[in-house]
Amino acid sequence: MKTSIPRPKRAASAPKARPGGDMAVASPIVPPQAIAGRTLVLVIAIMTFLAGFTIAVVSVIDRAADAWASDIGREVTIEIRPLDGVAIDAEVEKAVALAQEFPGVGGARGISDAETQRLLEPWLGPGTDLSALPVPRLVVVSIDNAAAFDTKALAEAVSRDIRGGSVDDHALWVDRLSAMASSMVFAGIGLMTLMLVALILSVVFATRAAMAGNRDVIEVLHFCGAEDRFIAGQFQRRFLLFGVEGGAIGGALALLAMMIAAWAIGGSAGRPGADQLEALFGRFELPGTAYVLVLALVVAVALLTALTSRLAVRRSLSALD
Amino acid sequence: MIRFENVGLRYGTGREVLSDLTFSIAPHSFQFLTGPSGAGKTTLIRLLFLNLKPTRGLISIFGKDTALLRRADMPALRRRIGVVFQDFRLLDHLTTYENVALPYRVLGKDEASYRADVTDLLDWVGLGDRKHVYPPVLSGGEKQRAAIARALITKPEFLLADEPTGNVDPPLARRLLRLFLELNRLGTAVLIATHDIGLMDQLDARRMVIENGHLEIYE
Repeated sequence: MKTSIPRPKRAASAPKARPGGDMAVASPIVPPQAIAGRTLVLVIAIMTFLAGFTIAVVSVIDRAADAWASDIGREVTIEIRPLDGVAIDAEVEKAVALAQEFPGVGGARGISDAETQRLLEPWLGPGTDLSALPVPRLVVVSIDNAAAFDTKALAEAVSRDIRGGSVDDHALWVDRLSAMASSMVFAGIGLMTLMLVALILSVVFATRAAMAGNRDVIEVLHFCGAEDRFIAGQFQRRFLLFGVEGGAIGGALALLAMMIAAWAIGGSAGRPGADQLEALFGRFELPGTAYVLVLALVVAVALLTALTSRLAVRRSLSALD
Repeated sequence: MIRFENVGLRYGTGREVLSDLTFSIAPHSFQFLTGPSGAGKTTLIRLLFLNLKPTRGLISIFGKDTALLRRADMPALRRRIGVVFQDFRLLDHLTTYENVALPYRVLGKDEASYRADVTDLLDWVGLGDRKHVYPPVLSGGEKQRAAIARALITKPEFLLADEPTGNVDPPLARRLLRLFLELNRLGTAVLIATHDIGLMDQLDARRMVIENGHLEIYE
């Protein structure tokens, strides 16, 4: 052993290769194997999958509700009840002529007996004689300029000029539809919030377990003069990687599941169930915003995981005093 | 540099394990801390590197009253103190080189800026050919020297060594003592906790003897 302590030679020369010729990357201060990383990645992936799937389903419902409201909002219906001594066909023709005069109306069309019979067939069965029943006749009024169209004025004119006539602007149906869609979106947001809270709690427990398992490392870092933020940063780095990995797996699986669902429904076109789904939701395709939201979810999950672990470490370190 | 006044410490509601400790440690000084096992040497060392808080009395380290220190102030003070533990406290998943370089990493320094210092120090403590070896395969003496190198690497103003020769044979113990003396000659105050009378007899240095929680000092 030499007898004098070497004096520092601070960065006097360019970086030298380590013995063996390699510039090895420094080992992580918190050993990866000391954290139950696989389990945490799995938990994060499952939570992200569920949250991503919820986003996708809510997006489809939200888009379908918009389409329903838009389709319905472009039409009003004049309903003409049969009255004794009133020629209902003449009233229908009057109603069509009346509606076509209104500003904003693109066209008006009376529903024929045959069409009415077809519409009622699911409830009354085929071949029913409608003349024996007090079935109202309908006039469908298409609106091509919603700003110029005045529903109230049409309703007043119809009640004044058409015997047995009334106007249905579908407001009740649109309101219910809107309320249902809002409830679904609200429920989806609630579910996602619960999943993210569960994710945060999982990360907190995993961080505490990791700290307990690395108590010796934390002690050594402390007496080497490490600040809490440095120690928290070491854990945060590891947990960020877990968050990215778990989030990416879960997000990818959620998108894949939606694509498989769309393919499966598309493949069963023509079957009664699939047709009803398509009638309700349109073509079962994910809107572009769903992809963006799922990607944002993956990023948010990774950041949330890292931030939660950082806060959990700092809180635990403060509690050591 | 370090000043204790009427310091007492008890764990919970038990009796005081340290009572009325009053002493100071001057810059560039060299002293032994000795006493029977369980007398409180390790506890005193923990007080000295801010790992414990006293239940009474005043401790001033580098002119700062430790009772008034905020948690955020402690790292800066700890960096001025090097500690060698009896059980080494090397991190098994880091190489010898990485263990010794740890205080620099904690400071956020770039590896290129300290590589030469760490390599030279490892050579100096005789571990130049063991720098890429992990602690589990080092011998007791090698671990001891790695722990000492880690404590010295940032040139602390005060070095605390708890039984630094407890795991090594007498020739290596003498070499380690020479290492501490050399460090002291370069300006670092040194306190070595030991109950190795033979080691202390090799040097005419101040002795702090602790027994039943009370301290006697022999200049």
